[in-house]
This record gives sequence, structure tokens and C-alpha cells, in this order.
Amino acid sequence: MRKVAVIGAGMTRFVRRALETPKELSWEAARMALESCELTMDDIDAVCFGTAPDAFDGVHMNGEYASDGAGGWRKPFMRSYVGGGTGIFVPIQGWYHVASGMFDVVLVVAEEKMSSYYPHAQAAFLTIFDHTTERPLGPNLLWIFALEMNRYMSTYGLKKEDIARVAVLHKRNAAAHPCALLGDANITVEDVLNSEVLAWPVQRLDVSPVSDGAVAIVLAAEHVAKRLTDKPVWIEGVGWHLDTAYWTNRDLVYPRYVEYAARMAYEMAGIKEPRKEIHIAEPYDPFDYKALHHLEGLQLAPRGRAIELYLDGTAERDGDLPICPSGGLLGVGNPIAAAGLMKIAELFWQLRGEAGERQVPGNPRRGVAQAWGDLMQVGTVVVMGR
Amino acid sequence: MTFLERDPLAPQAWFGNLPAAHRYTYGLAGERFFRALKDEGKILGSYCPKCDRTYVPATAFCERCLGELTDWRDMGLVGELHTFTVLYVDVEGRPLETPQIVGLVSFGDGGIVHFLHADPESLVIGMPMRAVLKPPHERQGSILDIQYFEPFQA
Amino acid sequence: MTVRFKQFPGVSLSEEDFRQGKVLYQMDELKAEYAWDSGIAIGAYLAGLKRGVILGVRCSHCRKVVVPPRTVCEWCFRPMEEYVELPDTGTVNTFSLCYITWDMRRISEPEIPAVIHLDGTSELGPSSVIMGGILHKLGEVDPKEVHIGMRVQAVWKPAAERTGAITDILYFKPIR
Repeated sequence: MRKVAVIGAGMTRFVRRALETPKELSWEAARMALESCELTMDDIDAVCFGTAPDAFDGVHMNGEYASDGAGGWRKPFMRSYVGGGTGIFVPIQGWYHVASGMFDVVLVVAEEKMSSYYPHAQAAFLTIFDHTTERPLGPNLLWIFALEMNRYMSTYGLKKEDIARVAVLHKRNAAAHPCALLGDANITVEDVLNSEVLAWPVQRLDVSPVSDGAVAIVLAAEHVAKRLTDKPVWIEGVGWHLDTAYWTNRDLVYPRYVEYAARMAYEMAGIKEPRKEIHIAEPYDPFDYKALHHLEGLQLAPRGRAIELYLDGTAERDGDLPICPSGGLLGVGNPIAAAGLMKIAELFWQLRGEAGERQVPGNPRRGVAQAWGDLMQVGTVVVMGR
Repeated sequence: MTFLERDPLAPQAWFGNLPAAHRYTYGLAGERFFRALKDEGKILGSYCPKCDRTYVPATAFCERCLGELTDWRDMGLVGELHTFTVLYVDVEGRPLETPQIVGLVSFGDGGIVHFLHADPESLVIGMPMRAVLKPPHERQGSILDIQYFEPFQA
Repeated sequence: MTVRFKQFPGVSLSEEDFRQGKVLYQMDELKAEYAWDSGIAIGAYLAGLKRGVILGVRCSHCRKVVVPPRTVCEWCFRPMEEYVELPDTGTVNTFSLCYITWDMRRISEPEIPAVIHLDGTSELGPSSVIMGGILHKLGEVDPKEVHIGMRVQAVWKPAAERTGAITDILYFKPIR
């Protein structure tokens, strides 16, 4: 397999309701990514596109519908969709386009416009529940997270006020992100604990916001990357893994599927001790407890103890293992597919030392980004390094 | 009954729906295109100088080079009939009392799909077709601000 | 952020912008009605519910017992060939107190969704990654008293009103 580098990235602001159409959001991000590495569409051999359920847009074949904005015209074009995991899966797909030798330069775009779903995007998520055995009970998406969070907290005796530290750190980090929807430099644990209870133990500020936005990156084979940039950021490992579709049959305490995806990526990257060899982590954080869950799956903390990274300052931007220096989904926003690719873009900027106000000190050399999705069952992991 | 046989007493199917309503913004380009149609009665295109293409309806970007399109042009209301079909049944398959004609009328390198008002026998691919708009006060900023296209004699 | 970018695209709108007609928009409603085939295993499950019985299924190879029933064991990929009539009792694996409807409207009395680990099914453990759990709701209980590990029993609709649906069980209530 050939080495693959990220050589460019761009993104739109994440907003609650965008004026732009999905095509236009895709275009804005794609154009920025191309400009960032001074390429044009003539240089692009293939396009990989990620966008979440067609139901959000009410457009069948939504990936193909928005393909013009992503640069898909007369290119080999492939859309992937693994729910929330899409944003980390689409760069994996781009990676094997290049690693396989098929293509030298690939544009990877992830876009989401959730606000088209009216009146609220939550309704589109009803379809993740089984239509015959679950949907008649009138569920909503929060149920799943609340049920998992409660099980996780109860098993390890975690406290709400501790878990709220995750939301606080990520939203504070996001205050330095120019694209962030919910950055807040002054938010406190009390703010989170006093926010509206949605589905106990989940409160309003435990949750990432519904958003619109797009992110794009450019991937290149080694010989091209070295010609185009002094600072390629290599994709060192990729992994993805699925658990059972029967979520009520599963151990909700521990995301084994994330562990398997992480082990796949670490093995490829030659990582034996992830906690020591990884300098930045961007775990998927649609809810605050989810970041903890995923840090444990990523083998960056023992089971039930990821919270310690937040309590002792390790997770902070200048800590020993900065977590979500971007601000994560909790702070920057959660336009489903775009949110995951935002984490890849963040690692790209961080590892190149171009993250500006958000820059993690100490010249970080390696980072991991992870997303989660499908029917709450997929883990997607990418390790990047320089 | 073996395991793989259906239980004859079991419900055959479970009925349900997906509550799917949408509110679509028209976007950067659509906002300008439909305002021009509504307020000025114009069909606008956007031109890419690099690729020498004119997009109708106007788009914010060129899908070939992804360049931003800033050269917007009034395309007039007369286009060229690219193709058409005569519909004898409705979307549910019921016969239509009056056959309906749907056509693609080209403008620039793009075009607009719409209803045609004409005797089907008189339609010839390549003939000029003119957009008939609603009166200004009835226009809402919608593709239906164009009522239909009809054959045009200069 | 790369020095190249001074500005990031993305135009944010408010609900007010729509109300005041500052932006043009189009409303649309999809017609999305379905008749989902209940299939062999779920068909049997629904027929069981109508009789007042919760059916699970056992894998003759790896001996797992799970619910809802299915025709293939996804862990050893062999047919699941043996229905098991389960007791309608179980243990609360996890629960939530939900104050929000599916379309994000607020309700004052919480619904109590729960994953209920039914008696007689596989259990999670060091060597087992699977349990027989189902999603349902709890009732006849003070929300403050609900806890993980609580023993519960199904409350059924009267036999004449059952239709062969998961809602033939109204909810699960504590066993006192």
C-alpha cells in the first residue's frame, strides 16, 4: 500500500440554519481545501463524498444530488454513509482510493444540512429504531443516549458534575474556533447542570447542537504530496468496526466496536502504547459522556476512568493529552457527516502547527480522530502523524 | 410448523410512516435567481469565463472548475425546446382528461423543465419557446412563477 | 487555522429571517407510508405478544438466548431454530426519565424508557457480550424510585384488545 498524506483542508462555519444549499456548502468547503494546497479540479483524480441520511434533505441519492458542489462532475465519485461515523469513514474511503494506487489525488468532502428537516431534525432519527418492535413505543433519539449514559454512569459510579466537565472543556476550546456554533469561553459546570433536563441524565448542554456545514480535505499519494507541500500530514492508520444491530442486546457500558476499530488503526500505525504515542485525541463527542466512552474504546484510558483525564487537566489544550482542542461537536457543532471530517481537519492543522489560537503546544506529532454512528454500532478511527 | 415457516396467525405487515416535512432555502444562487424572477420577471444565468459555460438556472459556482460565478446574465424569456413529452396519465396512473405536455427548454448551457401549452402536433424540437409568467403581484419566488412555456413567433 | 483563511463561509439564518420573508424558501412534504413485512421471526414474536407470551430464540450451536427473535445467530452465523417462551419478568438494565417528545416538544410528566433484560435470556459477563434485552417503558412507578437492577414485570393489555404489537405490553411495572 502507498503512503497517503492530507495536504489541504477547508471548512464552512457550522451554523444552526444555513442559507446555502447542500451543494453550496459542499462547494464552499471544497474550494477552500483546493485553494489551501493551490490545486484546481484539473488536479483531482477522484472525489469521495460523505453525507448522512437522505431523509434530512428529503432528496433520494442526496450524495449524487450534491455532487456538483463537491467537484464530482466527470470524476470517479463515491458516496459513503455510516451514520455519525461517516465523517471519519469518508477519509478512510479516500485513503484506500490513494493507498491502493488507483488515484494520486483525491478530494474528500463531507456535508450536512440538517435544518431542512422541518420542524426538527430529531424526527429523521426515528428511523434508527426498529419499525415494528421499537417505533410503536414513540421513542426519540435522546432515549438511546440517555439510556447508555445512565448505564455507563451507574456502572462506574460517575457523577453528573464530573461528566459536565467534558462539555465545559470542549465548549471553552470551541471559543477559539472561527467556525464554532456554541463556543463559550466562560461556560461553567453549573451552567451545564442548570440547563434544561431533556431525558435524564441528559441535559441541554450535555448535547451537541443540530447544525449545517461542510468540511473538505485533499489527499495525495506520497510522491505528489512531497512535491506539493513541506508539511504533509500522513494517514498512518485507519480502522472501522461494526457491532450488533440489536442495540438492546449489547453491553451499553463499553464500546467494543470502537476498541476493535482503534486496534486495527493502531496496528497499522505501529502504535503499541496509544496513551504514550498519541499526542492529541479527537474522540467523537455528540454528548459529553460519549467522549469518555470513546476515549476508553480508543484505549486512551482504562474502563470507567476516562473522566480522570478531565479532572486532572490532562485533557486541556496544554495538558499531556489534549482532547478535542477543536471544541468538538459539543462546541463547534454537529452537522453529522461534516462533524467527523472537522476532526480530521483539526488534526491536520494541529500537526502542521497552523491551528492559531487553538494550537496545542509542544509540536504534537501524532493524533487520533474517531467517530461513531450507524445504528449506534460503528466505530471509525483514523491515526494521523507527521 | 418448521422454524422457517411463517406463523399463519402472525400479522403479515406492520404499518407506519416517516414524518418527513422539509423547508428548503434557495441558497446563495437560488435567492438571487428567484428574486429576479419574482421582482423583475427575469430568468438569470451565470457564466463561467474559464469553462465558457452558462448555467441556467444560475448557480453560485461552476461545477466543472468550482470557480465562483460573478458574471450573471439576463437570459431573456425565450429559450429553445430541447425535448418534450406528452403525458396521458397522472402520477397515480389515472388517465388525464387533457394530455399534459412537459418539456425541457434550454437557456445557455442549461435549461428549465416546465409545462408547455401548445398543440402537441405543432411542437418541433429546436423551436423557440417563451416563458409565460404570472402577473407580478401573484409571484411568490417559486418555479411556478413561470406558468408555462408556449411557442414563440418573433 | 491556516494563515490563508481570513474568513470562513457559511451564512447563518434565524427563524425570524423566515418569518419576515427575508429569505425565500419552499415547503415540501414527502409521502412516506410503509407496510413493513413482519417476516418469519418478528411475525412469530408479534403473534406471541397477541397470545400474551414473549418469544425469544435459542441458538442450538452457541446456546445464546436472545429477544426479539431472529432467524440467524449473528455471533456464530448459524440458523436460530428454537423459539423459547420467556417469562414476562426481567431486570432494568438502564432507564431514562424523558421530558421531550420525538419532535422536541416538552412534556411535564416524564416517560420512562428502559432496556429490560428479560429473565431466561443470555446475560452479559466476562465471556458474554450479549444479553436478551428489549426496549420498553416503565409504568406504575414513581420516577424517583426507578433504579438500575429493579425487578419488573410486563403489564399486558386485556387479551381482547391485543393486536400483535409491542404495544400489547402497556409497560413494565416493579415487582413488589
